[in-house]
Amino acid sequence: MARIEDWALITSGGRYVEDVRDPALAGCRYGAFVRSPVAHARITGIDGSACRADVFTAADLDLPPAGRGPVVQPWLARDVVRYVGEPVALVVADDRHRLADAAAVVRVGYEPLEPVIGVEQALAGEVLLFPETGSNVVRVHGTSFDGAGFEGCEVVVTRTIVNQRLAPLPLEVRGAACVWLAGRLVVWLPTQNAHAARDLIAAALGAPVRVITPDVGGAFGAKMGADPEVVVLGWAARRLGRPIRWTETRSENLVAMTHGRGQRQTITIGGRRDGTVLAFRLDAVQDAGAYPRSAAKLLPKFTCLMAAGAYRIPVVEARVRAVLTNTTPVASYRGAGRPEATAAIERAMDLFAARIGMDPVAVRRINFIRSFPYTTPTGACYDSGDYHTALDRVLAAGGYRELRAEQERRRAAGDVVALGLGIGCYVEVTGGGGVGEGARVVVGRGGVATVHTGSSPHGQGLASTLTMLVSHRLGVDQVIVRHGDTDLIARGTGTFGSRSLQYGGSAVSRAVDLVVDRARDRAADMLETAAGDVELTAGVWRVRGAPSSRGLTWAELCSAEELAADVWFDDAEPTYSFGAHLSVVEVDTETGRVVLRRMVAVDDAGRVINPETCVGQRHGGLAQGIAQALFEEVRHHPDGSLVDGCWGVGASELPDFELLDMATPTTRNPLGVKGIGESGTIGSAPAVQNAVIDALSHLGVDHLDMPASPMRVWQAIS
Amino acid sequence: MIPAPFDYRRPGSVAEALELLASPGAALLAGGHSLLPLMKLRVVSPDVLVDVGALAELRYVRLDGDTVEIGALTRFCDLVVDPVIREHAPLLARAASSVGDRQVRHRGTIGGSLAHADPAADVPAAVLACGGVVMVHGPDGARRVHTRDFFLGRCRTALGLGEMIVSVRVPRQTHWGFEKFTRRALEWALVGVAVAGESVVLINMGDRPVRAGVTEAALRQGASIEQAAGLAAWNTDPVDEPHASAGFRQHLARVLTRRALQRAAGRVPGGLS
Ligand SMILES: Cc1cc2nc3c(=O)[nH]c(=O)nc-3n(C[C@H](O)[C@H](O)[C@H](O)COP(=O)(O)OP(=O)(O)OC[C@H]3O[C@@H](n4cnc5c(N)ncnc54)[C@H](O)[C@@H]3O)c2cc1C
Repeated sequence: MARIEDWALITSGGRYVEDVRDPALAGCRYGAFVRSPVAHARITGIDGSACRADVFTAADLDLPPAGRGPVVQPWLARDVVRYVGEPVALVVADDRHRLADAAAVVRVGYEPLEPVIGVEQALAGEVLLFPETGSNVVRVHGTSFDGAGFEGCEVVVTRTIVNQRLAPLPLEVRGAACVWLAGRLVVWLPTQNAHAARDLIAAALGAPVRVITPDVGGAFGAKMGADPEVVVLGWAARRLGRPIRWTETRSENLVAMTHGRGQRQTITIGGRRDGTVLAFRLDAVQDAGAYPRSAAKLLPKFTCLMAAGAYRIPVVEARVRAVLTNTTPVASYRGAGRPEATAAIERAMDLFAARIGMDPVAVRRINFIRSFPYTTPTGACYDSGDYHTALDRVLAAGGYRELRAEQERRRAAGDVVALGLGIGCYVEVTGGGGVGEGARVVVGRGGVATVHTGSSPHGQGLASTLTMLVSHRLGVDQVIVRHGDTDLIARGTGTFGSRSLQYGGSAVSRAVDLVVDRARDRAADMLETAAGDVELTAGVWRVRGAPSSRGLTWAELCSAEELAADVWFDDAEPTYSFGAHLSVVEVDTETGRVVLRRMVAVDDAGRVINPETCVGQRHGGLAQGIAQALFEEVRHHPDGSLVDGCWGVGASELPDFELLDMATPTTRNPLGVKGIGESGTIGSAPAVQNAVIDALSHLGVDHLDMPASPMRVWQAIS
Repeated sequence: MIPAPFDYRRPGSVAEALELLASPGAALLAGGHSLLPLMKLRVVSPDVLVDVGALAELRYVRLDGDTVEIGALTRFCDLVVDPVIREHAPLLARAASSVGDRQVRHRGTIGGSLAHADPAADVPAAVLACGGVVMVHGPDGARRVHTRDFFLGRCRTALGLGEMIVSVRVPRQTHWGFEKFTRRALEWALVGVAVAGESVVLINMGDRPVRAGVTEAALRQGASIEQAAGLAAWNTDPVDEPHASAGFRQHLARVLTRRALQRAAGRVPGGLS
């Protein structure tokens, strides 16, 4: 089934928070944040007197702190700023033009403090972001190392590599529209989880809150809940007694929205010359930015959990230390800790293969996990998989042997354009974050089914998939899917971590089961027979075995009273999606320019319900992983300001993807599905990175950090 | 992303534009694709915008003997398709086709690009390589400035207060090569090279379009393309950035100069698309 979301999104651009024209917002004012231009400084004064607008600072806010202890981001910076982009003051004006003029003349005095930039400086601990805590390390996750696993190894390779910081860069920047109605705050907010946003804002403001999610123009993990700005806007709307709208600028978004990734990893891999890997250690330092967000909690946990990758390695040790630096806080970004783990093990496999002189494919085959369920040394319990078949399929489709032969020929002929092949095999936990999910399914007048889901799709196409599920099971033509409004949906967890179909879909499926049970009873009554004697075929209830009898349509069944079921679904366990990617690149050895020629991928997410949606997720995911491997990086100058960079990829940088189908079901949820949202990103980054390194292996290169920028390639070979 | 307040005027002729331009704080607006972004960032805040974008009298291409004359408001997209340009000044068509994306090429003008004088811009380097002459009108009447003398530094030109470019005159030249190195499609050049006849101009290798004088001299003295290209980075001073150091840009300048010269010599294929 084609995605039902696309027509509106493509033809009219959807209805984003900027487009909301609710009468309650009439006469609204506009807010903008004055942000710190420096990475670390004491605030000596804030002067908004030149400004023909309302200016609010931390001193005005009468709000409880956002968390306990000293290491918490204040709603607005108080006394000290800790990153470029940290909100310092809110300016509110009557229109956007005056707002821009007003925000430009707020004067803030800063007395510079030495900034902590990069994980080395954070670990050195000479300057502390929060001196009262005695350390910049905010979290240590994982095991301590004893080294015993490496003792019997014939070969041990160790290397320090960087999984660079990225900016999520959604097409739609952050924004909000706030209005107080009868003592309750109503917020239109692009978010991935309206209920968590509501709870956070309500706790801060001590008042009831309704969150309504309009269309969301991309989130990738960076629109979880509500950022501090939203709480400040809600507070100001109450103080001023007027609705307020806020939309950040693109430049602001680059420094003020959370970033992703940002690990420095020391990887050590050991084994025998026959290709058997005996031990692997991942010792990572996570740059969490200035205040702890998910990089100080979830990311280290996922990185440790997924450290073993697709391999049966007797000893796996993983540790992630999250440290604070004077940079934008780091949080989830498509994969959230898992791409980092995958890149580490996939690089390690290639380094090990290169050291023992074996093809990277052969080493992977020797070490794959082949029986399931399998529990890794770091505690991940893989449900089902078929890793060697996934790899075999991409190699066959890609023509791996012929490509290797072509590589040989070109090297022998002295071609300045080098060919490289890279493999990325991955396993990822999906549905590993959040608890259950809520759903309500109602069949009402006219036989229209309405689905209320606690999932919060924002571009993925979940509404299409749920529509398929429901219309297929009930046989109804019209299905309406509603989500993201805390008044309509009693409980919800949201869309993140590739969880929505497993949890949200299973919840809807359970609710549909209940509706069918209730409908059967009602149909039996109306048809004056026993419940066991009616059946539903093609949307009509009939007496069993009487196909030509007059049946009851859903419209007839529900003409007097709707049928509804509410479900909270939480009896599922996380699943482990997997796949194999083959990347083929050409590297111009004169300029260092890398061109991605082919991308062949198996992404196995268990049972597929809507192939279109699944392919869409794979395309976007692949593009994002490729972008990390080749183009993107958020870098800071030593003073903590952002280095002009290279953001995003477009179709011009990407080949047609060669996608192969494979579906190994799981028994961990009623639908047999696993997550697909992050797979492409997790597998493709190491595949492309490995391909670039492979292209240059005859020139003595065995590692290159991402992104493989032309200069980095040139430096490696000159 | 909202500019400071300004007045907006739309003159109907060059004469009227010059009159309006005489008022303090006035700035010409052509395609707006350099000026408006700077205004939105509040890097510049003119008091009056004199919008000449729709002045049809300055949007033309004509052949005048061995010279191609191009009106200042001729857009990049015109240069790409114009038959006179393609036949007699193909380097300009090629350079214009590499500017930004379709929207940018449909708004940006040759006059605006020259006046803005960004050292990373494509068309100014091509015009300089061709030995173009900038025709200027101002409060003191008309004058002509050779492109050799026109670019004075990063976004600085020989244009005086109240002066505007009305056209560009370029000698006919069909022997050309052009290389632009970007990381992704639709980007500004990390480094570029424009070759017309004997002249080699580097893009983004200094504070203005830079003649590769040592390479030109070596070629005149009979050096091979490879030898001459190896000298292309002499006397260049490119910006040094974390993702593209000055040394890397100089290396690129040598490689790209060789490729552009080979193209100009017909040794490698590649024409206008
Ligand atoms: C997204 C994007 C990508 C781009 N990519 C590239 C690229 O790859 N390569 C490239 O070369 N350029 C690129 N550009 C810049 C583009 O080429 C600009 O359009 C051009 O530099 C300016 O021309 P304009 O007509 O838009 O000038 P405007 O922006 O209108 O004016 C620029 C300056 O010139 C002055 N001016 C304009 N016309 C005249 C005149 N006739 N006489 C005197 N002064 C005048 C103005 O007062 C102003 O100071 C890009 C721009 C954008 C927005």
